[in-house]
Amino acid sequence: MSLLEIKNLHASVNGNEILKGIDLTVNPGEVHSIMGPNGSGKSTLAQVLARRESYEVTGGSITFDGKDLLEMKPEDAACEGLFMAFQYPVEIPGISNAYFLRAALNAIRKYRGQDEMDAMDFLPLLKEKMRMLEMDERFLNRPVNEGFSGGEKKRNEIVQMAVLEPKLAVLDETDSGLDIDALKIVAKGVNAMRDKKRSMVLVTHYQRLLDYIVPDFVHVLVNGRIVKSGGPELALELEQKGYSWTEPELVGKR
Amino acid sequence: MWVEQGFNPCVASNYFFGLSRCGKPPAAEADMRGSLAAGLKSLLHPAFLKRILEDLLIVITATQAPEKYQEIFDQFGSRVAAQPRWLQSLRQEAFARFAETGFPTTHDEDWRFTNVAAVSKTAFELAGLEHVKQEQLEPFGVSQFASRLVFVNGLFSADLSTLAAMPAGVQVGSLAAQLKNDPASVEPHLGRYLNFQRDPFAALNTAFVEDGICIAVPESVVVKAPIYVLFVTVPGSTPTMNHPRNLIIAGKSSQVTVVEDYVSLGEGATFSNAATELIAADNANVSHYMIVREGDAAYNFSTLRIQQGRSANVATHSLLLSGALVRNNVHPVLAGEGSECLINGLFMANGRQHMDNYMLVEHASPHCDSRQFYNGILNGQSHGVFHGRIIVHKDAQKTDAKQTNRNLLLSDEAQIDTKPQLEIYADDVKCTHGATIGRFDDNALFYLRSRGLAEAAARHVLLLAFANECLDRMSSQQVRDHLEKLVVAGMPEAARFEGERSPEGAERNLEEVG
Repeated sequence: MSLLEIKNLHASVNGNEILKGIDLTVNPGEVHSIMGPNGSGKSTLAQVLARRESYEVTGGSITFDGKDLLEMKPEDAACEGLFMAFQYPVEIPGISNAYFLRAALNAIRKYRGQDEMDAMDFLPLLKEKMRMLEMDERFLNRPVNEGFSGGEKKRNEIVQMAVLEPKLAVLDETDSGLDIDALKIVAKGVNAMRDKKRSMVLVTHYQRLLDYIVPDFVHVLVNGRIVKSGGPELALELEQKGYSWTEPELVGKR
Repeated sequence: MWVEQGFNPCVASNYFFGLSRCGKPPAAEADMRGSLAAGLKSLLHPAFLKRILEDLLIVITATQAPEKYQEIFDQFGSRVAAQPRWLQSLRQEAFARFAETGFPTTHDEDWRFTNVAAVSKTAFELAGLEHVKQEQLEPFGVSQFASRLVFVNGLFSADLSTLAAMPAGVQVGSLAAQLKNDPASVEPHLGRYLNFQRDPFAALNTAFVEDGICIAVPESVVVKAPIYVLFVTVPGSTPTMNHPRNLIIAGKSSQVTVVEDYVSLGEGATFSNAATELIAADNANVSHYMIVREGDAAYNFSTLRIQQGRSANVATHSLLLSGALVRNNVHPVLAGEGSECLINGLFMANGRQHMDNYMLVEHASPHCDSRQFYNGILNGQSHGVFHGRIIVHKDAQKTDAKQTNRNLLLSDEAQIDTKPQLEIYADDVKCTHGATIGRFDDNALFYLRSRGLAEAAARHVLLLAFANECLDRMSSQQVRDHLEKLVVAGMPEAARFEGERSPEGAERNLEEVG
């Protein structure tokens, strides 16, 4: 059974239709990359998957692990095993990273009928994940994302993903703005989490990420529709030719 | 019981011109004409005329109030007949001042947003010492503090108090006892700093000086553990009032931490009117905490007057959690060169509670720093006020004064008035002030929810985060942990937020550099 099944998805923001019929199937263990130019709807797709309320779904369906994702609130989706790494992680002054992540993990564990984790058990786990992402331990007690550099914020997102161990991770432009060293660290963290069951959707603007995280499938999103799908080689083609060569195919479909 | 809001002309003008008042989201410029027309129309509305009548009534009752107090004051005189002569005359003078001014009205600029008619209209009798058992104090959760001084209706209760061993020479106890045993040690300080001319409540407090906490730490002595002072108000069958008067004297290079905690034992109309004079001599280091968590029918007024010597460092933290009407006056004077003052506060109002924070920070010497941080959380139909006045005197060059007031409105009917006021008479100073009025940040809420926290839990985390900004400035871990528990217990229930959405443009930022 597929983990994620998107059928003919239409979505609007403030009355403007952004997604105009998306079909996508992600099986357990697969890594899919969604590429596309600015304004094509990549981030909208990620936000809809994470159940952001201001993104209105006007048609189609999304099934996540056999359940109707569109019926879920953001917290339900998270508890069911969906994680989105934010393009712009939010700063929350006054709450430490460690407190925040333990509260999140315990919310998810509680939902799954597991015992809550106390601070004594949680800290070693968090420290281990932070080491993997080469983050200093002082980030434990710093307020969530406050005063973090762009790269630190993105690494912090992957630390969260590593702690929460989702079934499906949606990475929304996690590579944007990263220098090559930070990109390698993030990719290492993401690759370490790849396994036969866990699936990933990498939303990206740049082919460079795919040098480090090699996807199983690449989809090109233009103007709210997936206009081309293929293997990793499609990303290289895009890199060489840009997005414009996909346009005639789109016009052809009209 | 709640505090009646009479008509206030300043409120109306603020509404017309869209100044700092923000209950509903601020009117955009384009809407100004509309709101002006609506405002003019409302002038003819019967409800508006009723408010004018009520306002007149307040003026009349306010001027009547002192007569009733004259009788109480005369009776009180025989109760404290043994007080030293200098104190008797100080009290007489203070009462004369109160009799002259009466209670303030909203026409008074310092009381513009706070209507005290409910206090001036109520016939309060002076409270006496009530018998309270130790176990009745348990719910207040202060047993972890080794030094605990308890005052019941403003009077010291030796039975309920415990005092840990103190370094040699440290004096901690009842002001009444000190006045009896060693009045000469009190005379140079009591009433010297608190100016009763400018505040009727300070005058009333001074007129009724009887008891309160008296702490004196000698030069270079360090008192590490906090001295916790619990002021228990016990409501009677009829409304009662008490006027605790506290004196904290920190000698040169000394260090001390004092907590004032005002609580109620039971429900009923009470009027607590406390005043504290805190004197930090040269190089002294003082941490002061003020907690107000009285009952739903309690009126709590307090004034903290701080006098700082050269390089003295004072931090005062306020936590206002409950009470029908709370007025928290903090007035530090940075009199010695290079002194520093941190004025940190959190107020959380619910229902129809009214919480007013009146800050007056005076820079009187060069190279002094002051930092004001006040966060307000307003729910229900509550009303918060932050009045932050900074005066930089002529010789106070190189002053560095900063003021920040952040407010979170949790309901459409909650209201905040925030008013910065800078008066600068020196030319080489740095003064900044900023105020924000906002609602929950939708982005932050979504971020937390996307990590698995239910909406109510996410809101709770954001409230705690907002409160933590203030709690994290507290230096005593023991007091901080205690206050965090009170904050969490006092947080509005998540259910009350249901259905509340943040409208576009609800967040405002007012930042200025002067």
